[in-house]
Amino acid sequence: MRYLPHSAAERAEMLGVIGATDIDALFSAVPKSALRGFDLDLPAHSPEFLVERHMRALAAKNHAAGDGPFFVGAGAYRHHVPATVDHLIQRSEWLTAYTPYQPEISQGTLQMLFEFQTQVAKITGMDVANASLYDGSTATAEAVLMARRITKKNKVVLSGGLHPHYRDVVKAYLKDDPDLVCLSPSPEGQGDILSQVDNKTAAIVIQTPDFYGHLRDLKGAAEAAHAQGALLIVVITEVISLGLLEAPGALGADIVVAEGQSIGNALNFGGPYLGLMATRKEFIRQMPGRLCGETVDAEGNRGFVLTLSTREQHIRREKATSNICTNSGLCALAFSIHMALLGEAGFVRLARLNHAGAIKLADALTAVAGVEVLNDTFFNELTIRVSEPAAPLVERLARRGILAGVPASRLLPGDPGVENLLILAATELTTDLDIEALTTALAEELA
Amino acid sequence: MSMNTQGRPTGIGTLGTSASGSALLPDEPLLFEIGDTEHSGVDLPEVDLATDRLGGFGRKSKLDLAGLTEPEAMRHYVRLSRLNHSIDSGMYPLGSCTMKHNPRLNEKMARLPGFSDIHPLQPVSTVQGALELMNELSHWLLTLTNTAAVALSPKAGAHGELLGMMAIKAAQEAKGEAHRTIVLVPESAHGTNPATAAFLGYTVTPVPARADGTVDVEAVKAALSPDVAAIMLTNPNTCGLFEPQVIEIAKAVHDAGAFFYCDGANFNAIMGVVRPGDLGIDAMHINLHKTFSTPHGGGGPGAGPVVLSAALAPFAPVPFIKGVQDRFELIEHIEANALGRVTAFHGQMGMYVRALTYMLSHGADGLAQAAQDAVLNANYIKSRLEHAFSVPFPDYPTMHEALFDDSFLKDSGVSTLDFAKAMIDEGFHPMTMYFPLVVHGAMLVEPTESESKQTLDRFCDVMLELAKDARDGNSARFTSAPTKAPRRRLDETRAARQPILKWERPVDLPKAAE
Repeated sequence: MRYLPHSAAERAEMLGVIGATDIDALFSAVPKSALRGFDLDLPAHSPEFLVERHMRALAAKNHAAGDGPFFVGAGAYRHHVPATVDHLIQRSEWLTAYTPYQPEISQGTLQMLFEFQTQVAKITGMDVANASLYDGSTATAEAVLMARRITKKNKVVLSGGLHPHYRDVVKAYLKDDPDLVCLSPSPEGQGDILSQVDNKTAAIVIQTPDFYGHLRDLKGAAEAAHAQGALLIVVITEVISLGLLEAPGALGADIVVAEGQSIGNALNFGGPYLGLMATRKEFIRQMPGRLCGETVDAEGNRGFVLTLSTREQHIRREKATSNICTNSGLCALAFSIHMALLGEAGFVRLARLNHAGAIKLADALTAVAGVEVLNDTFFNELTIRVSEPAAPLVERLARRGILAGVPASRLLPGDPGVENLLILAATELTTDLDIEALTTALAEELA
Repeated sequence: MSMNTQGRPTGIGTLGTSASGSALLPDEPLLFEIGDTEHSGVDLPEVDLATDRLGGFGRKSKLDLAGLTEPEAMRHYVRLSRLNHSIDSGMYPLGSCTMKHNPRLNEKMARLPGFSDIHPLQPVSTVQGALELMNELSHWLLTLTNTAAVALSPKAGAHGELLGMMAIKAAQEAKGEAHRTIVLVPESAHGTNPATAAFLGYTVTPVPARADGTVDVEAVKAALSPDVAAIMLTNPNTCGLFEPQVIEIAKAVHDAGAFFYCDGANFNAIMGVVRPGDLGIDAMHINLHKTFSTPHGGGGPGAGPVVLSAALAPFAPVPFIKGVQDRFELIEHIEANALGRVTAFHGQMGMYVRALTYMLSHGADGLAQAAQDAVLNANYIKSRLEHAFSVPFPDYPTMHEALFDDSFLKDSGVSTLDFAKAMIDEGFHPMTMYFPLVVHGAMLVEPTESESKQTLDRFCDVMLELAKDARDGNSARFTSAPTKAPRRRLDETRAARQPILKWERPVDLPKAAE
């Protein structure tokens, strides 16, 4: 057991110092009936090379996105991550540090979080950001609860364009709440969300680009919400879109939440991901999660600490803004390094590349018989209606080595309007050859 | 200090706000003070977007986002990293946080493209290996806990706790007992426990601890009523003690129609040695990062799978995995599911790979040995320090962490915080302070199983020397500490009173830096 440093002689010597007869004496508080009276149906320890062989065999049973043409998005996106990012986050001092409870010896993590907060505030156009949450979906649920605390009102309206899984997470967090209004998802629109706003409304939640890829008007929504004393929560599942689209903060958003996975973080089959949250200055004390702030040390030097922790569970316990007690520190680091490498120039170029790829994809798909592109507007993702059910079609394309996108029916099962809808994303990694392979295969399958 | 032609600081110690540092103790400027909006460390082609499809929603304002070239970025983040303590650089005895060795095999496996480069929504037929891995991890967790079901998806321990309590709430409602609005939480609980219960609309009733630091079954019985939905108990508890009456407590709770939520944050003390299901728990989250060595990266990510008893199994959230003949299915929707979904996708796959790699490396025998060594190490520290430090609850052997209070510092002019900061100057990360709340000036030391006897001895020698120095009246050593860290004591009050949460561009940056 290569991770355990003691020899048998050392264990005996230590038991001697303690004055215990054997190891079980240290478990004397455990009821006899519960202590080691069982056999575990599990293998014994294994050398490194055998463990590696086992894990590699499991990995080999998966079709990796890089193995062929790939158009899957719907809330998680495959982008290039510079080699420098993964190298740096594997440095011991980043990888194996804990929460920076002792700021004097955690300045690396703290300064990075301060820089991360600044980056997120800048791209969203908001005053302040926190040091990350679990992912975009749980951040959305937290934003809804935050809006209720701020407005002291209960009604919340979710746009029909909100990612169905995000909607489900909000529903789970607000279980059976009659004040939660979920508009029906539709590829044609987000539902008449503005007519739902009244003076009992705490917030409306709008995703842009929405689940089907359409871009949404935030300015009008902000005005309608504010006229009734409600907040506008903006949800972004593809954070790279902010390189090309106007910042939600500049359009009147009150809380912006996003999935940050696209910058610096791999697909990882759904996690770990990175929840971004930013808001206006006056709402800081209602924002959940960790915050890093600038201060000075005893010699007047600039330094950083975790701050405003009186909002948090370890001090306020049952009165805390949230039960959250961790963040996605390492994912935030990867985001921050990648964003620093991009800089403004690179971030904008990356966004333009994504949009250009999606335009090519849209135009190529339009030319395929049996395919109708539904979007007038989009960033890097769009929805098509095909002439037969999309799910079995995607399965057939997968057998040809092409991962063609997400059938809307997978996220909205039983919804009769979506059976033939397919959502596809292009990123900077999508090549002309990939698009050609997709359209050729689609044309053959639909013929 | 010198500036280049773009007004970019070229060296360390910018803006005169800090000392200049030294070659091995850098004083690193903020990236916004090094970079600018023109520089980039990523080569990307410029594309022609003469006709966009943005519908008029394109960005009109500038971002003012600083960029670094690749060599600049490498230096910035390497230098920043050197301002951090980490488990790879030294002992990290943070009680209740469990900082154990993070094997690099775990990292290597998590980066196999077959795990890292797969999408949660690509066809299920193309991710059979990932589902098999999740199924195998589930088998380990169910076997180690002797429970009926496991929900892998929660993103962290506190998220798992939320899910577990949601399942309990749903189960109570299904029984027609929605009137149960009270949750019992011992005073020594993690802050997340009362926060979680309150989050779900429950009223929290505290259960007092006995003088020996454990929960009295009679106190639980006295607090139980037809309105109680559940008890949330940590076992081993936050005082480092195994609850000796846990089986009686579980029985009393069940007899009263309530459920037993166990905070499993300290499962590393008993894995392979005690199965929580045998104790009568109904739900328990397991922090994969604490128990199975997935690194915490300066504050996360974690992963908090929840095991459930047979009574709660029907209330597990989606998604889950089902083996059908020779393949695995992913159940993402259930009609009339009580709980639904607590995160967008399938949870922390990257952490599952690391945890399973660790489990296979240790095996069932090794996990049990690891738990025993963690307990051995904590008791060794307690035995070596107990004559100089004060042990608030000496009646039982401690489990994986040793708890002291600050009465040994009485009249010394040295506070718990001062003592902790002095440990920094001796090369150790301080222990957990002021927690659990039930002990005055608590100091919670958790060595974990990965520390050698030599390291434990050096740690104990230093702690004894510090205690003696404090008692001998050398308070300056403590109140001025740390003196050998990248920063002296930081002003946390100022940070909270005048929050500065992001960098603002100085009005005349180049001028200010001259």
